[in-house]
Amino acid sequence: MSITEDEARKVAHLARIAVEDEALPALARELSGILQFMEQLNEVDVEGVEPMTGVIPMRLKRREDVVTTGGMPDKILANAPDAREGFFAVPKVVE
Amino acid sequence: MSDLNTLTIADARDALSGGEVTSVELTEACLGAIGASGPLNAFVHGTPEKAMEMARAADARIRAGDAVAMTGIPVGIKDVFCVKGVPSQAASRILEGFTPEYESTVTQNLWNAGAVMLGKLNMDEFAMGSTNEASCYGRAVNPWKAADGQELTPGGSSGGSAAAVAADLCLGATGTDTGGSIRQPAAFTGTVGLRPTYGRVSRWGVIAYASSLDQAGPMTKTVRDAAIMLGAMASVDPQDSTSADLPVPDYESLLTGDIRGKKIGIPREYRIDGMPDDIAALWDKGADMLRNAGAEIVDISLPHTKYALPAYYVIAPAEASSNLARYDGVRYGRRARLGHGDGIVEMYEKTRAEGFGPEVQRRIMIGTYVLSAGFYDAYYNRARKVRALIKRDFDTAYADGIDAILAPTTPSAAFALGAMDNSDPVAMYLQDVFTVTLNLAGLPGISVPVGQDKQGLPLGLQLIGRPFEEGELLNQALVLERSAGFVAKPQRWW
Repeated sequence: MSITEDEARKVAHLARIAVEDEALPALARELSGILQFMEQLNEVDVEGVEPMTGVIPMRLKRREDVVTTGGMPDKILANAPDAREGFFAVPKVVE
Repeated sequence: MSDLNTLTIADARDALSGGEVTSVELTEACLGAIGASGPLNAFVHGTPEKAMEMARAADARIRAGDAVAMTGIPVGIKDVFCVKGVPSQAASRILEGFTPEYESTVTQNLWNAGAVMLGKLNMDEFAMGSTNEASCYGRAVNPWKAADGQELTPGGSSGGSAAAVAADLCLGATGTDTGGSIRQPAAFTGTVGLRPTYGRVSRWGVIAYASSLDQAGPMTKTVRDAAIMLGAMASVDPQDSTSADLPVPDYESLLTGDIRGKKIGIPREYRIDGMPDDIAALWDKGADMLRNAGAEIVDISLPHTKYALPAYYVIAPAEASSNLARYDGVRYGRRARLGHGDGIVEMYEKTRAEGFGPEVQRRIMIGTYVLSAGFYDAYYNRARKVRALIKRDFDTAYADGIDAILAPTTPSAAFALGAMDNSDPVAMYLQDVFTVTLNLAGLPGISVPVGQDKQGLPLGLQLIGRPFEEGELLNQALVLERSAGFVAKPQRWW
């Protein structure tokens, strides 16, 4: 399976990574190479095998559904590139 | 006592409790060594003031007769661990300026155990890499040099940790191992690296790469030190839902050196085509050492070994693409400078394009692809099924009475920095051929320096243990360490 330039552009957009048009052919080639390596998995008979969800058999831990933390907006915003009036600030979003 | 920074954790602990040395003296010795280690580029954020403050507190604690497992022991912390108030950026530009408001469980456990923080250590960006060349801080350099004087990679992703321990800049260091990132650098630098069972050590506050595979562990000069440090790092943590509900044993007390009657498996599928003679000979030698100590050596088969690498390179990028979606330029780290009229999508795309390095971008995109509609079953689900088969291979071996598995850690000794520059990404992925299997199966593994290649570079063997049997594993590793008697140190050139 090989990836076309168009598909590479689509994947980059899905991943929200800007890729210049000039860089698309090389990206498509690289991704194709990696996917080709993964094709080996097709040799394996996986009939009737359940996909693994957790590597160590354990029941997901449960706890009371109560608030355990919070009330620290200053700490939450301390590392934001742009925070104003107690909120994260982003460019204007107009739909 | 001279060169205090060259002490092992165990010896330093004994010297501290015997009053022969203070933590301040030990810490000053390490800070001095770090100050003179610029060419290794191992420490990337020093915390000397914090170190001295912690050392003084440790000395007070020792004087008060209140010392615990690692009181006064100076250690380095891989940059992937969040340490409150200290830059923690997983060697990525996208986390530039990020100083966590909270502490990872592992580092908190270490501070509770009395350890002293020297600073943050270099690594591959987001722990993705096998050479420590993919770092926003620049490459870390192996203290060992090639016979022709060429500078070598310390391995990756915990390359800074391995280089720092091998060069005696610290007594021990933390690492993380998603596909071999503790064991491969340990093998490349003649040090000991232990990756615990998945769930033994909390992932809380460890910057995530692939959550079903990531596990933190100690990188040390000796097996005994790994036992001491694992005991300090491990805990049952309500903050990590995958943390195992099992008490942490006293690993050091399990180091008896007696492995008589243990069955050690030699997996035939690991004898890959083109394995260098040095590595094959080392492997045989390691098996002899264990046999001479009374273990039974058994040939075993792990039939799906060959498919571990491709399965890993589907699953890990898939998880990475999801984990790294959080770096959006909004909540922490870097945001790209935006052009006039740029909206929120441009903000995401530009921020991530300039914040992530090429290998991280590649893995995010591969992960995005294998999870995308139409390909999810063909790649991601298939890889997860193959993963189940790989785990079944190990389960079968252990059910047949095998206690541990012996294999090489790496397909070669450390290679030159830059050697991978022009090769395709898959060539680098092949570095992980012996290490990724146990990550996929969630098992513990330890790399022990056992010999040297023709050039005199260190070579490691790894033992793979039963789940949550780190004590047994460390004991087997101790036997390997004692029989090998590896004492070589790199010639100081930096």
